[in-house]
Amino acid sequence: MGSRGWVAWAFMAPVLLVMALIVFYPMAIGVFQTFTNIDNLNQGTRFRPPSWEFVGLQNYIDILTGKDTKFYPVLAWTVVWTVVNVFFHYTLGLLLALTLNQRFRGRTSYRMLLLLPWAVPAYITAIAWLFIFNGEYGLLNNVLGAFGMPRVAWLSTFPWYYIMPIIVNVWLGIPFMMVALLGGLQSIPGDLYEAAQMDGASRTQSFWNITLPQLRSVSSTVILLGCIWTFNIFVVIYFITGGGPGGKTDILVTYTYNGFTLGQYAIAATYGVIIFSLLLVFSAVYRRVARES
Amino acid sequence: MKMSRRHLALTHVILIIFAIWSVFPVFWTLVTSFKPESQIFSTQIKVIDQPTLQNYIDLLTRGDFVQWAINSLFVSLVTTVFAVFLAATCAYAISRFRFRGRSASLYLFLVAQMFPAVILLIPLFSIFTNLKLIDTPWALVLSYATFAIPFCILMLKGFFDTIPYELEEAGRVDGLGPFGTFWRIVIPLSVPGLAVTAFFAFITAWNEFLFARSFLTSEEAFTLPVGMATFIDPFNQPWGLLTAGSVLITIPVMIFFFVAQRFLISGMTTGGVKG
Repeated sequence: MGSRGWVAWAFMAPVLLVMALIVFYPMAIGVFQTFTNIDNLNQGTRFRPPSWEFVGLQNYIDILTGKDTKFYPVLAWTVVWTVVNVFFHYTLGLLLALTLNQRFRGRTSYRMLLLLPWAVPAYITAIAWLFIFNGEYGLLNNVLGAFGMPRVAWLSTFPWYYIMPIIVNVWLGIPFMMVALLGGLQSIPGDLYEAAQMDGASRTQSFWNITLPQLRSVSSTVILLGCIWTFNIFVVIYFITGGGPGGKTDILVTYTYNGFTLGQYAIAATYGVIIFSLLLVFSAVYRRVARES
Repeated sequence: MKMSRRHLALTHVILIIFAIWSVFPVFWTLVTSFKPESQIFSTQIKVIDQPTLQNYIDLLTRGDFVQWAINSLFVSLVTTVFAVFLAATCAYAISRFRFRGRSASLYLFLVAQMFPAVILLIPLFSIFTNLKLIDTPWALVLSYATFAIPFCILMLKGFFDTIPYELEEAGRVDGLGPFGTFWRIVIPLSVPGLAVTAFFAFITAWNEFLFARSFLTSEEAFTLPVGMATFIDPFNQPWGLLTAGSVLITIPVMIFFFVAQRFLISGMTTGGVKG
């Protein structure tokens, strides 16, 4: 049907028009703002004309050369946050997928229970954990107290303020990995294992030589998606630590949001463009590496 | 492979540990929502002692919770209708036609769906301020469409891919043009797919926090996520209201999720991932 390209484009037209208005046009404005010093004071109001100026690449220079002293520390924590989370999502997701991919009674019930975190809105999850972590009457401290151990202010004590949001986010992300990997496991032809068994391969050998290589394409996809989602997840940090104490647990998206609420539009827009570029480069490199190896 | 007794025991141990871990925060929220204040703000560990509905009564009769629910419902419904309606034709084109720009468009929707909302936040805020849409539900409908449309396209493409070509050929023999074929044959066959996609679009809008937090300023205009966030005050946290609200917000989402989860998983992994 390739000859009738116009029909295809006629079907595409409404979406492209709307996307142009609500995505591409705002994107263009956002990029434009990064070359200015626009903020909530100089943007102009009904009573006062706008007074912002062009600053060229100054915002990018300030951020990338480290003159904006927050960028590299926040980036470093965002990378740690992403890597640690995705590591646990993947390994625990794989463990559960392998465990569920066997014949035994109760499989379906376990699967339902394990899927539960996916069914709960992320901000509700954050609220639930926030209550458990509460310093004065949270369950975690009450349990410690019952054993005569000292209570901990989880969200303001090092290193717990780094660990607690990771726990919450690991909880959130496992079901997706588990289900996607389970799908991958179920599509591996059974005769591969039978052949390996005839050759006297052990369970462990089959895992390394059949299961993991066969899961390659599913794994590379879910790890990429997992990295992007974790890099971008806003509500976990926002609700659990609020970026605190003292901005130490802010990841790039929450830090950018803070800039926006403080009215620093140009700087925040520049952060947005930098985040976008980082992710774009990351996924391009990742896809290439995944394809080649 | 037949499992040995030891292997089976290990399987159950792993699954029980993780099942408890998965269910626990939800269970604890549910239990807390039925506790009187005196027990919530206590350092004793009690599962439940004197259950009460007081938290739910307070939530529904005092404050704006009901208004927030109405706002959330409105925004999510309008977003869903808007997104599914627009996405359907586009998804059909991508599923059926091989045209120049097809894979580029597909990649574009994939990227648009994955990249952070915070990038669009600032420019959309400027635009909505100029259009005087701040603090109205329309700001949310338009900003939710930015991720709901790409999501719906990818899901629906997956469904359209499963409809056999022959049915459309038959329509063409009967003299239907491409638009007639789409409207008379493909759409009626895709009702289940459209419904599932619509529900998921609805839920993403229902759960969205960042845009709602940024574009709404007055309490009467809040949606549920923003309203719930206002309860989290460092000095006075009404955990009874928070947990009761969490339960009421989650129940409908959860019921739907378990009915439709199989479709989401196949939609995400096949429609979204493969070209």
